Amino acid sequence: MEFINSIFGLDFSVIRDNWLFFLVGRYPNGPMGGVALTLTLAVGSVFFSGIGGLILGLLAVSQRRWVRWPVNIIIQTFRGVPLLMVIFWFYFFLPAVFGKGFPEISTVLIALTVFTSAYMSQIVKAGIEAIPRGQWEAGVSSGLSRRQVLWQIVLPQALRHMIPSFVNQFVSLIKDTSLAFIVGVSELTHVATQVNNRTLNYPTEIFLFIAVVYFVICSAFTALSRQLEARTTSANANR
Amino acid sequence: MLNYQFDWHLILNGEYRQWLLSGLWLTLKLATVSMILSFFLGLIIAVMKMSGQRFVRAGASVYLEVVRNTPLLVQIFFWYFGSFKLLPAAWNEWLNATNEFEFIAATMALTIYTSAFIAEDIRSGVRAIPKEQTEAGFSSGLSFLQVMRWIILPQAVRMTIPPLVNQFLNLAKNSSLAMTIGVAELTYQARQIESHTLKGFEAFTAATLIYLILSLVITGLMEIYNEKILKPRGAQA
Repeated sequence: MEFINSIFGLDFSVIRDNWLFFLVGRYPNGPMGGVALTLTLAVGSVFFSGIGGLILGLLAVSQRRWVRWPVNIIIQTFRGVPLLMVIFWFYFFLPAVFGKGFPEISTVLIALTVFTSAYMSQIVKAGIEAIPRGQWEAGVSSGLSRRQVLWQIVLPQALRHMIPSFVNQFVSLIKDTSLAFIVGVSELTHVATQVNNRTLNYPTEIFLFIAVVYFVICSAFTALSRQLEARTTSANANR
Repeated sequence: MLNYQFDWHLILNGEYRQWLLSGLWLTLKLATVSMILSFFLGLIIAVMKMSGQRFVRAGASVYLEVVRNTPLLVQIFFWYFGSFKLLPAAWNEWLNATNEFEFIAATMALTIYTSAFIAEDIRSGVRAIPKEQTEAGFSSGLSFLQVMRWIILPQAVRMTIPPLVNQFLNLAKNSSLAMTIGVAELTYQARQIESHTLKGFEAFTAATLIYLILSLVITGLMEIYNEKILKPRGAQA
């Protein structure tokens, strides 16, 4: 720290003075924020978009064309638009439907979930398509229905292969929660801009610090995903 | 919601149409400039990552990890709000004098962020080139950089074109974050029209359609490239 201070004249005391605010926002005297809210948003939306992605992914590989086509169009639409645009859509759309008091945190959670579901569905789709056709044929010819083959033979294998990609998607989500800043949800990035507006003199220190916080969290999960991937690959090699 | 009066005429004519078009222009400018810069930066990082020198390789690894594991928005804020303490005084003066600091900071952040992903794309392209070519290059007396420059990269980059097009599309979408520091690109203009006219649905629908058309056109062009250029060449080989 002293070393960095002496080179650029940086002063990290602003972090020391506000560390609790960075960590949990105004909690327990006010709403939760900071790192805690970032993680809450990421965990919440990875859970819901896991379910959403599974449903969309299954519909996207449906045998019925009238199911498959519209679902794929919806998926591609969300993949073709910036997340910021999706957040704005829900930010204006939800209050128009449910009334003015619709909380921003829920808006962001819904936007992140819908957006990420579209990406998750691609992982699910690729995972299902990677299972050899022979397994479908073997299942059907041994008297199982297509639904049984899907749930009891194909999905259990496909899901295992998808786990590393899901973890990668979770890392993207942690990074994407920073966009909640734009509608005033006080996650880590928003808290940082608040401290920056209040103290004025330490933007370099503040944004460097939150970059490090994001880095520590994200790289831990990136490492986890790599480990899982290595395990799946070696399991396949043994087979 | 049910009482909402749609007014497309307002958005599609006159001043507001002009705003949307200038937003699209700036989005394309941001994406194109950052694409070119991040391609060369990504190329350098990819070569460093494959170098025989341990320290060079470690430097590239640290760069890739740091850039990929921090949010783009934080990187944009860092360069926009925080870079002045790290840069020499003369640079800061020059940057302020350009009156384009928002655009420069956004381009810088987008370039650095995208270069990390491009470096990985190039590396997987290189991995597809048989190892024997490198060995043959070395044994005919070329250096590591010469082998890269004259043998490996020209082939690898050609294979990398489809993922690069994808990165361009990501850039076009990611450039929307530049609105947070006041770059008047497409999303910024849609927001601006919303606050002027309260016609949020029309403004965001228009911007959404522009993004979608952009990605459709570019994906379509790439399909043509794949069909007309990549496939015939593959067939000859």
